[in-house]
Amino acid sequence: MTARYSFGGDEHVFVEVDEAMSLEAFFKSLSITNAVRDAKINGVTEICPANASLQIKFDPDQIAPDDMLAELKALESAADRAEARIKTRIIEIPVFYQDPWTHETLMRFRERHQDPKSTDIEYAAHINGLTSVDDFIKAHSGAPWFVSMVGFVAGLPFLYQMVERSRQLEVPKYLRPRTDTPKLTVGHGGCFGCIYSVRGAGGYQLFGITPMPIFDPKQEISYLRDFMVFFRPGDIVKWKPIDRDGYDAAVADVDAGRFVPRMADVTFDLNEFNADPDGYNRKLEEALQ
Amino acid sequence: MTIKVIHPGLATTIQDLGRPGYYHLGIPISGAMDRLALRSANLLVGNDDGAACLEAVFMGPQLAFTEDALVAITGAELPPKIDGEPRPTWTSFAVEAGQTLSFDFLRAGARAYIAVAGGIDVPVVLGSRSTYAIGALGGIDGRAIQAGDELPVGGPTAGTAGKSVPEDLRRGPGSSVELRVVPGLYWHRITEESQANFFADIWKVAPEADRMGYRFRSGRPMTFVEHEQPFGAGSDPSNITDACYPYGSIQVPGGTEPIVLHRDAVSGGGYFMVGTVISADMDLIGQLQPNVATRFVAVDMAHALAARHDRAAIIQKIRQALA
Repeated sequence: MTARYSFGGDEHVFVEVDEAMSLEAFFKSLSITNAVRDAKINGVTEICPANASLQIKFDPDQIAPDDMLAELKALESAADRAEARIKTRIIEIPVFYQDPWTHETLMRFRERHQDPKSTDIEYAAHINGLTSVDDFIKAHSGAPWFVSMVGFVAGLPFLYQMVERSRQLEVPKYLRPRTDTPKLTVGHGGCFGCIYSVRGAGGYQLFGITPMPIFDPKQEISYLRDFMVFFRPGDIVKWKPIDRDGYDAAVADVDAGRFVPRMADVTFDLNEFNADPDGYNRKLEEALQ
Repeated sequence: MTIKVIHPGLATTIQDLGRPGYYHLGIPISGAMDRLALRSANLLVGNDDGAACLEAVFMGPQLAFTEDALVAITGAELPPKIDGEPRPTWTSFAVEAGQTLSFDFLRAGARAYIAVAGGIDVPVVLGSRSTYAIGALGGIDGRAIQAGDELPVGGPTAGTAGKSVPEDLRRGPGSSVELRVVPGLYWHRITEESQANFFADIWKVAPEADRMGYRFRSGRPMTFVEHEQPFGAGSDPSNITDACYPYGSIQVPGGTEPIVLHRDAVSGGGYFMVGTVISADMDLIGQLQPNVATRFVAVDMAHALAARHDRAAIIQKIRQALA
């Protein structure tokens, strides 16, 4: 994996670690961005890891673009030698699949969908070769997901499923983007899952909704008082299917300030994961017990 | 002191020089789309150049002053009036308690900056007062101003009425516009013919032009180099594995209509980009009206840095002229 470098105008360096998504590319991107942060390079103003790439924003009045490039290339070779191991956290996120609110929204935009006669989740089950929506929910919630990027809009996590590539769920985006998506919708496009952090436009398929707020600009939610954005790149997410009663109870807990996300600190090692993904995931999930 | 909003205008927001440092979480820098105009307005009334102002787009607000104040309007040619009497742009003027600031119709440009001595003093959120409406951050409750809002203003400054930015230092759009671009990012994804067309065609600003980005249309559609789509990128040849978007980057969904991301940019996504508008030309985009004819012009890094240097020199001259 040799990274490709390109300047984004006079203020950004864009680094494509790999064209294709993989956990290896994500880890390399994350370790380069961590190295850039630790190096405290004068003139660096933003350090943004993405799924299989990264971007550094810099002030060319403080560091010449070619010097910035040279610094990054040196850090890339160091990142190649770094072990693919991070301390992170695993978080259980409750999901009410096929909820009435995302259902209402997806029905409003049927003419923008590949298969107007079925719902998004029925379509996703079908094109992934699964016989029922229940089987799809099992596949979707059966293994954990990596937060491989935070962005698009404020606090939105991109999620990458932690299973062999052959088992990864893939769905195309809508033919034309919707103009509306409810806040906290759990969506999917290409190989990536997401949680819409704010209401707005979107092109991902809609599967359900979580009662757990992940972005709070007012910082009133108990676990978002310190910082308004919940997710960080490298977080691990485990979906927990819940029903309407579970959803209503969780919303009531959030409103009353009682909701505490279920999460635990874990260490993730990419080589150990690759040796036995399912076994390694089971061990990670034990931390949530 | 507070200023009462009688009529908010079209989408008038509180902006300063923005909140860097949170783009990795999807929170963009925001701040004035035309930073030079905001700086000029602040310097005219004796503020720090990064104080919070009102950014009015296409149409001015109507504001009632409860105390004497010093005001300056820069950016778009949006003629100010005090109790109906015209006042000049790019020039500081006094407003007395009880008077109303309103605006005539837009003559040129798109965004006017309204500075008041003391600055608009809403709470600082993540280091800035700028409004980022998509994330409901900054400004007043994270939204554009509304009728009935009372805008808090900071303490008085040493500024005086009658200061003026010399005409040759005022920057606004001409009749046709050139935006300088450093080609790159996923430039290699389109054919040489499409690369040539992109810089040869006359593009028109589309109605979908806001603080997030400006869309352009009426150039020729792009053709992509044959290429197997990588895993994770999606099936359309204009798709990439979702990546970060530079400010000023030019994405072309479906290869048809380029979108230049601006201060409220989405921080990333799955569309390929052909290059990035240089930092010196970003202010100009904020002054473009729909339908303005625009050409993209290829430049290299040395040119981009020289233009950036020229831009800084203009601000320095304005600072000296108003000192």
